[in-house]
Amino acid sequence: MSKGYTHIIIGAGHNGLVCAIYLAKSGRKVLVLEASGEVGGAAVTREFAPGFKVSAAAHLLNAMPAELLRELELERHGLQFSALGMPTYALNESGAPIVFAAGAVEGVDAEDAAAFAAFQGQISRLARVVGHVLDMVPFRLSFRTWRERLDGLKLAWKIRALGARDMRELLRIAAMNAYDLLTENFRSSLLKGALGLDATLGAEHSARAPGTVLTLLYRWASQARAGAYGAAQPAGGMGAVTQAMARAAREAGVEIRTGARVKRILVEGDHARGVLLESGETIPAQSIISNADPKTTFLALLGPEYLDTDFVRRIDHFRSKGLVAKVHLALDAAPRFNGVDAAGLAGRLLVSPSLEYLELAFNPSKYREVPANPVLEITVPSIKDPSLAPAGKHVMSINVMFVPYELGADAAGARSQLLSNVLATLERYAPGLRDRITASEVLTPRDLEREFGMAGGHWHHGALAFDQFFVTRPVPGAAGYSTPMPGLYLCGAGSHPGGGVMGIAGRNAARKIIQEGN
Amino acid sequence: MLAQSNLRPHYRRPLLTTPFFERSQYLVETDTYVPWSGYSTPDVFSSVEQEYFAIRNSASVFDLTPMVKYRIVGPDAQRYLNRLITRDVSKLKVNRVAYTVWCNEFGHLIDDGTVFRFGPNEFHLCTAERQLDWFLDSAIGFEVEIREVTDQIAALSLQGPTSCAVLKAMGLSGIENLKLFEMGHYRLGELPLMVSRTGFTGDLGYELWIATEGALDLWDRLMAAGHTRGIRAIGYQALEMARIEAGFVLPNIDFISAARTIRLNRETTPFELGLEWLVALEKGHFNGRRALVEEKARGSRRRLLGIEIAGKKPAHGSLIYDGEKGLRQVGEIKSALWSPTCKRNIALAMIEAPYFSTLKEFWVDIYVHRELLWERRMERAWPVERPFFAPERRKATPAPDR
Repeated sequence: MSKGYTHIIIGAGHNGLVCAIYLAKSGRKVLVLEASGEVGGAAVTREFAPGFKVSAAAHLLNAMPAELLRELELERHGLQFSALGMPTYALNESGAPIVFAAGAVEGVDAEDAAAFAAFQGQISRLARVVGHVLDMVPFRLSFRTWRERLDGLKLAWKIRALGARDMRELLRIAAMNAYDLLTENFRSSLLKGALGLDATLGAEHSARAPGTVLTLLYRWASQARAGAYGAAQPAGGMGAVTQAMARAAREAGVEIRTGARVKRILVEGDHARGVLLESGETIPAQSIISNADPKTTFLALLGPEYLDTDFVRRIDHFRSKGLVAKVHLALDAAPRFNGVDAAGLAGRLLVSPSLEYLELAFNPSKYREVPANPVLEITVPSIKDPSLAPAGKHVMSINVMFVPYELGADAAGARSQLLSNVLATLERYAPGLRDRITASEVLTPRDLEREFGMAGGHWHHGALAFDQFFVTRPVPGAAGYSTPMPGLYLCGAGSHPGGGVMGIAGRNAARKIIQEGN
Repeated sequence: MLAQSNLRPHYRRPLLTTPFFERSQYLVETDTYVPWSGYSTPDVFSSVEQEYFAIRNSASVFDLTPMVKYRIVGPDAQRYLNRLITRDVSKLKVNRVAYTVWCNEFGHLIDDGTVFRFGPNEFHLCTAERQLDWFLDSAIGFEVEIREVTDQIAALSLQGPTSCAVLKAMGLSGIENLKLFEMGHYRLGELPLMVSRTGFTGDLGYELWIATEGALDLWDRLMAAGHTRGIRAIGYQALEMARIEAGFVLPNIDFISAARTIRLNRETTPFELGLEWLVALEKGHFNGRRALVEEKARGSRRRLLGIEIAGKKPAHGSLIYDGEKGLRQVGEIKSALWSPTCKRNIALAMIEAPYFSTLKEFWVDIYVHRELLWERRMERAWPVERPFFAPERRKATPAPDR
C-alpha cells in the first residue's frame, strides 16, 4: 500500500491542508488522512435540511491573512466570494442599530464616534504587534538557536517601535478586562456591547474577566491581517475554502484520503514512524503532523505511555471546553430585522445590546445552564449567495455565545430550551421570524465535539488566554509545533496562533518542519 | 483511580503511633522519637552502638510501618509502572522485589522505593514520601487502580546474621531458600504473612509484612524466637549507620526530591547518584527518559562517589577541595560515618564535573568540637568502591544461620 510518503497529516481541516500544500511545495511527499467522508474539518458546508446549506461551524472568513490566500492561489483553485468587507450591525431592540463599516461607526453620538476613531487607531497600532506575534513560529525561551534569538529580538524591536506612549498603553491594558477598557472609552451601551462581543466570542469568560482585552486585540489583529477581504463570505459556504485548498493541495502533489480514520500514531525507537488506521492498515512516514486537537493527538492517538507525566498533566489541564453553540434556521422568506436595511441583512448582525446583557448571558454557563437571553452573532448567507437555499428561501447561521459544554443532567432538555431562548430573542429583533422557520438545527459544543472530533468542542481547539497563548500554546513542551515525541508535530488550532479559519498554524507548522529539515 | 481512603482527624493527633507502639514503648529507654511520614518512631531505644551491632552481629528489628505503601492493580499495572519508574517491570517476575527510582520530565529524581510484584497485574510500591497525586496523574490513560495502604499493613525489618535462624525458629519453614529480592508467603495464625528478603542494611535480612491487626502477634513471636539469638529492637540512628556502610542513598540527605527543590540545579538525576544500573533506557519510554538519554550523551554535572577519608573523625557536612589549601571547592559530603565494621572513615560525596572523573585525591575540611573548642582539619580523601561493606551472607542462598 505504501507509496513512500515522507509526511502524513492527520485531519484535512484547513490547517492540515495548508500545512500539506507548503510541505508538498517544498518537495515532500505528503499524505493527508481525513476521518470523515469529506475534506474540510470544521470548515465545511452542509445541508441541514433539504435544499438548505450552511457553513457548519465558522461562518465567516475574517481572519485568514490576505497573503496566505494569495500564496495558496485559492481563487485560481475556484474560491469565490459572495460578500467581502461585510458590515457589522449591532442590533437595537427598540430603535436604529449602530453600524460598523469601513473602519468607522455610525449611529452613535459625535463624542462616541470620535472616541471610537481614537480607540480604533490605538488598538490597531497595538494589534500590529499582536499580528506580528500571530505570524511567528513560537520560540523556546531557552533561545538555543540563532533563529530563535533573532525572532526574539525582532519581537522586542516591534514592541520598542511602538514608542513610549503605546508601549505604556499596551502594558496597561494587556492583562485588563474588556469591560473596564470599553467603559473607559465609550458611553453608548450598544457600542460597548458590540465590542464586548468581539472581545469574548470564543473566549472562556465574559467581558469582566481579565484577559479579554488580549482576546479583543487578537481578534482585531487577525482581522487586520485579512486586509481588504474584511469579513468575507465564501460563495458556497466555508466548505468552498477547504475545497479550493484540497484542489491546491492535489495540484501540489498531495494525496488526500477521506474516510481514513487514524486509530493510533505508531512509534518505533522513540520516534513517530507512521499511523495505524481504523481499517487495520498501517502507513509509514518519517514525520506525522496532527491537525487534531492536542488532547486527541496526545491522549488518544499517541497515548500517554510515550509521554512524561508532567506533560500529560499539562495536556490534561489544557482548557478546551467550547462555549459557543451553532444554530441553523431554514426560512421560507428573507427575515426582517428592526431598523436593518438590505446592506445590513447581508452583513454581520449582533445581539449584544450592552455589557450588562453580555455578563448576564454569560452567568448561567457557570452553572451548566443555557442563557435565557443569549448573545448572538447572526449571518443570513443566502442573501448574497442564493446557492445555499431554494429559490426565494433563506438560511440563517447563528453563533450563540455562552453555551456550556456540560449541560447538566437533562442535556436534551437544555438543547431545546436553548433553541426556544434563541428564537424568543430573535423574535424581539425580527418580529415574525418564528413563522418563517421551516427547519432548524442546534449544535452544542458537545455536538461540535462529536461532529468534528474536537475534544471539548472548542472552535479554537482550546481556550485563547494568556496562559494558553504563543510560547505556551497549547502547553509548554509542545509550543512551536514540535512535540516531546520526535517526529510528531502539531499543525491545528490548538497550536499558536489558534483557530478561526486562519490557516497560520498550518503554515507555521510547515515552516517549522522545513526549518528543522524534517 | 481512587483517592486516599480512611482519612483520620489528624488535628487530634499530629503524629500517629504504629501498631507496634504497644510493645516498643516499653523498650525505649532514651525517650527519643523522630517524626517519620506522620508517625512517631524511636530514634534510639537504648544505645546506638548496641543497636548497630545487633544489625551486624545478631538480629535487629526495625519498625518499617511508616514506609508509604501503594497498592497498584489493574490490567495496565505493568505498563503503568514501566512508564512511571526507571526499571523494566516486564523483567520483574511474580514474587520478586526490585529497588527503583522515578523521575520527572527533566530526569530529576522524585523518589526511590521498592516494587513488589504480587501477580501479573498486582504490585505494591513502597516509597519514602507520599505522592499519590503524582501517581494518579501518571495514571491518566491507564486502566489501573492506585490506593495508599500504609496504615493497613504493619511491617518489620529483621536484619542481621541470625535473622534467618530467627525466622526458622518462628516456624517459617524453607525460609533459608528465599533468594535476595524474593517474596515468600506464610501464615501467622489466621493472617497471611509476607516475607521479602530485602532491607536497607546491606546485610542478611528480611522484611515482614502483615495486616495491622496481626502486628502484635508478629512482634511477640519474633521476639520470642529471637530471644536466644541476640534480637534487639533498633531505632533510626543505628539503621542510618548500616545504610551508609551499605552505600544506599537516602532522600533529603543524599538527594532532594525534585518535587521539593526550590533553588535551581538542586535536583539530582539517577546518573548523578551512580544509579545507572536502575535506568533501563532500552525498555521504551518512561518519565524522564529523553532527558536521561541526553544526559548520558552530554555527561553528568556531578556524581556521588564513595570516598574514604584519612583519620577517624566523620566528615559530616564537609566541603571537598581539589588541594590541601582548600582554594577550589569541588564537592561536598552528603553522608559520613566512621564505620565500626570496616574500621574506615567513609562518606558519600557529591563531586562536581569534571573532578569526579579527573581527580584521584581530594581534601576534606573536618570540623572537630573538643571541649567547647572548634578545630578545623584538612584530611586527605580518595574514591573507593561502593558499597563499603558487602558481606557474602547478604546474598548467600540458602541463607546461613550465623
